Amino acid sequence: MLAVVQFPGSNDDRDMRFAFKAVLGAEARLVFHKASELPPDTRGVVIPGGFSYGDYLRCGAMAQYSPIMAAVKRFADAGGPVLGVCNGFQVLCESGLLPGALVRNHGLHFICEFVHVRVERAAAPFTSRVAAGDVLRIPIKHGEGCYYAEPGLLDELEQGGQIVLRYCEVDGSVSAAANPNGSVANVAGVRSARGNVMGLMPHPEHAVEPAFGGSDGIAILGSFADAVRSAV
Amino acid sequence: MKALVYVTLKPDVLDPQGKAIVRASAQLGYDAVKAVRQGKLFELELDAADEAAARRLLDEFSDKLLANPVIEDYRVVTIEP
Amino acid sequence: MSAAGGLREPRVDLALAHEHGLTTEEWGNVLEILGRTPTFSELGIFSVMWAEHCSYKSSKRYLKRLPTEGPQVIEGPGENAGVVDIGDGLAAVFKIESHNHPSFIEPRQGAATGVGGILRDIFTMGARPIASLDSLRFGPIEDPKHRYLLQGVVDGVGGYGNPVGVATVGGETQFHECYRGNILVNAFNCGVVEQDKIFLAKATGIGNPVIYVGSKTGRDGIHGASLLASAEFDEGSEAKRPTVQVGDPFTEKCLIEACLELMRTDAIVGIQDMGAAGLTCSSFEMASSGGTGIDLDLDLVPQREVGMTPYELLLSESQERMLLVARSGEEARVLEIFERWDLDAVVVGRVVEGGHMKVAWHGQTVVDIPVDPVAANSPELERQVVEPADLRERQKLDLAAVMPESDLGGALEALLDSPNLGSKEWVWRQYDQLVQGGTLIGPGGDAALVRVTREDGTPTDKALALSVDCNPRWCWLDPYQGAVAAVAEAARNVACTGAKPLALTNCLNFGNPEKPEIMWEFAEATRGLGDAARALDTPVVSGNVSFYNETSGRAIYPTPTVAVVGLLEPWQRHAVSHFTSVGRDVVLLGESREELGGSDWLALRRGLEAGLPPSVDLAHERALHALLAAGVAAGVIETAHDVSSGGLALALAEAALTGPEWIGAEIELDDPQRPDALLFGETTGRVVAAGAAAERLLDLAREHGVPARRIGRTGGDRLRIRPAAGEAWIDAALERLHHVWTNALPRRIGAAREE
Repeated sequence: MLAVVQFPGSNDDRDMRFAFKAVLGAEARLVFHKASELPPDTRGVVIPGGFSYGDYLRCGAMAQYSPIMAAVKRFADAGGPVLGVCNGFQVLCESGLLPGALVRNHGLHFICEFVHVRVERAAAPFTSRVAAGDVLRIPIKHGEGCYYAEPGLLDELEQGGQIVLRYCEVDGSVSAAANPNGSVANVAGVRSARGNVMGLMPHPEHAVEPAFGGSDGIAILGSFADAVRSAV
Repeated sequence: MKALVYVTLKPDVLDPQGKAIVRASAQLGYDAVKAVRQGKLFELELDAADEAAARRLLDEFSDKLLANPVIEDYRVVTIEP
Repeated sequence: MSAAGGLREPRVDLALAHEHGLTTEEWGNVLEILGRTPTFSELGIFSVMWAEHCSYKSSKRYLKRLPTEGPQVIEGPGENAGVVDIGDGLAAVFKIESHNHPSFIEPRQGAATGVGGILRDIFTMGARPIASLDSLRFGPIEDPKHRYLLQGVVDGVGGYGNPVGVATVGGETQFHECYRGNILVNAFNCGVVEQDKIFLAKATGIGNPVIYVGSKTGRDGIHGASLLASAEFDEGSEAKRPTVQVGDPFTEKCLIEACLELMRTDAIVGIQDMGAAGLTCSSFEMASSGGTGIDLDLDLVPQREVGMTPYELLLSESQERMLLVARSGEEARVLEIFERWDLDAVVVGRVVEGGHMKVAWHGQTVVDIPVDPVAANSPELERQVVEPADLRERQKLDLAAVMPESDLGGALEALLDSPNLGSKEWVWRQYDQLVQGGTLIGPGGDAALVRVTREDGTPTDKALALSVDCNPRWCWLDPYQGAVAAVAEAARNVACTGAKPLALTNCLNFGNPEKPEIMWEFAEATRGLGDAARALDTPVVSGNVSFYNETSGRAIYPTPTVAVVGLLEPWQRHAVSHFTSVGRDVVLLGESREELGGSDWLALRRGLEAGLPPSVDLAHERALHALLAAGVAAGVIETAHDVSSGGLALALAEAALTGPEWIGAEIELDDPQRPDALLFGETTGRVVAAGAAAERLLDLAREHGVPARRIGRTGGDRLRIRPAAGEAWIDAALERLHHVWTNALPRRIGAAREE
């Protein structure tokens, strides 16, 4: 079972559940932030997008202290797979489960548009359905999605293969023009050193049906669902 | 006790809002404004025995919640009884 | 009754009533209803309830004439929002509302609270809000103040709509000199509800608890609706407080979830948003429609500031608050749900017999007003109506004297580059268009198209088509025709997706109603709305009137904004407004008459706002709707794009430029009228259609009695339009047109795309 965490202010939570349940046929449930434990049959955790606690202090800052997050940390420490999308990525960075931080877009505006991202690393549990170099078309929608890692950390991430997705042109080339928010090294998604926690700013759950913006998001959510199924 | 804590982005992190304010100042004719860093000022009311205790509390709290040490610095500006 | 002793309140008399905006006659009615002098709080209540904003006293007699019924209508005007049957036990709930004056004073918060208010109108009815549109009008973009207002309003719409998790899927943004002193911010939202879960604003069941939920009450927006700060109330030391309310989308998001969760139970009997005039209006309306009375204890109301007076508590316009009536005995269940979402919820009163609204404060009765007489005596004015003296002058246009366009290609570029016709991507890129996962067609199309999903997450085959439109220049030249055209265009846009237009909501933005010329515009526009809504079978189910959009004697152009909602089923077959493939036949539905009056070309290239706007043939529009629905269902129409501002040339350019890939076209127009009228005239009732089987489409058009002719073929990277014989009128590279069109806004705002 996939636990989709619902904070006050989460707003892609139902869409995430829809993507897993209705499109991928995986079992997924909303888990309210006040729960201090994940359901016992949890095999994977998703922290969806939105504006948890209004993002009033910093994006994701207050959600890290919700009761459920202690359980999510324990789950991740035990090797359980955790995926954070957009605000979920911010929460995972704030809580220290992922390296780096997300800051205000360089253009200052909230941006909602489809972008291209290149898969840098193809591996379970997040990108097993794709190959390195594949280009996915997935939307972003955020005001504070500029990934920041200080230079030493960035080197570490590059060398450790922790950068999973980069903003790119439609042909896969990584350019400044393809970087929508000023992210360092065009980073759109990273994983933890151990590889079981990943965060990304683009919204794969908003690209799961051909008529609704294409289905490239299935590459990521499908990989995650596969991993969770095989863990049962 | 009352305290003020100032949080701002670390010097090596780009501050696009500060940059935008500098651009706007030039457009408005305030050429004298050369640089702007934007930050947040928190007004806190505390229960603390003395200033040293208040400072310990503020350091811990700022580090844990008010600022994200990955990108931000904080400074306790004042502590008043 | 002794007014709250111990309170330092002004003496209530006729002079104070006048300052509160009440007329001498209304003051007389107050005395008669109460049989005594009102308390200060009561005066505040009457002033708010009887202000134009809440009472519709100038507009009522005209609004009564609008068609509001039909088999599809479940709830018409009078509730928080209109409700329309969309089949299978589901209903669409929608409304448009203005937030013009607050947005001019503080654009970000004004627009944000406008969005927040309209969302509450929707979820109060039990519906989950699924899609927003915004209709925005500013002064000239060259004016730095209006660039600031534009940026602030867009920031506010996104700053509220994005966090609250409701997609903004379309709208309109226009600029005109007439909005220099008064901008328009009209916010529309549509939600979906199971028909057996519709909630109304009714206080029924004697003894039932009245529960206050949401944000605490502060001094926000007091006097906002009806009166401005006056020296009499000024204690001198009292800090001047802004009348601007501040929105909190986070609290609203929690309110939505908590209310919808509550509504799945059977714990509540009625619910009402505390909108303009706050606690006062909401409790009065609930008691009035429930045929009951309400006892309120102000000491129980959650308060954000200390020392608030009863007057302030009753008139505060603090945002994100609701009032609900629960079944007696269900209090605990209600409070528990709000507790779960960390929201304040407090029992503040009871439903009582006797039809009085009684308010206690510090153990004293500060308000005791009989509910029915107030509603029954709600003022209704018969304001003077006079046709503007210069109307005939405005309408004069001798086309023969208008110099023909010598550079047709240049004219197309100029139109594409104009702030009104240029791409609005800069605006909608700042809005979350995708959340809730239903967006089939987002901003940039004729109408937005959004899939309907049940509250439990089950998707359906239904989609709602939404469009908001108005051409204020046409309304200024002829308010009747302009209003007819607004309904026709919004309905046509909806029909272009393949959907059937169901019903409409309107936001009537006008100048000062005390001026007979403004009332004439209003009377004419509502007459046009009514006629068009009847003819197109799209009843008016909700709406809002905004008067006094006037500064220093200069009124805005009459702007009756119309939003039409349509139903498409199954959504799997729908048309888009752009060319989808190379080698498709392009067919023009409808006829082009030589109509340049009131056109964008005439305004932009000849500096003239004159003439009669194009006429609208409503029977033809109906036939066109049927044809589009049949053509889309049969798969013979893949592209359907409404021809509107900028005319046929602009419609073709948009069809070429707005798809995921640019697709050019080779167009031949065999028509003897002057080329500029043919290319840029704005004859209504026309649609650029494209599909793989032109013959079948032409047959279908014939069956529906819609004139149609093949005008060309898609393909290539140029838009070429030529007459039957002779050189091309327009031969432009799409890359060039796209560049001009996408930069129309950014280059003026000084916001080159950040790449």
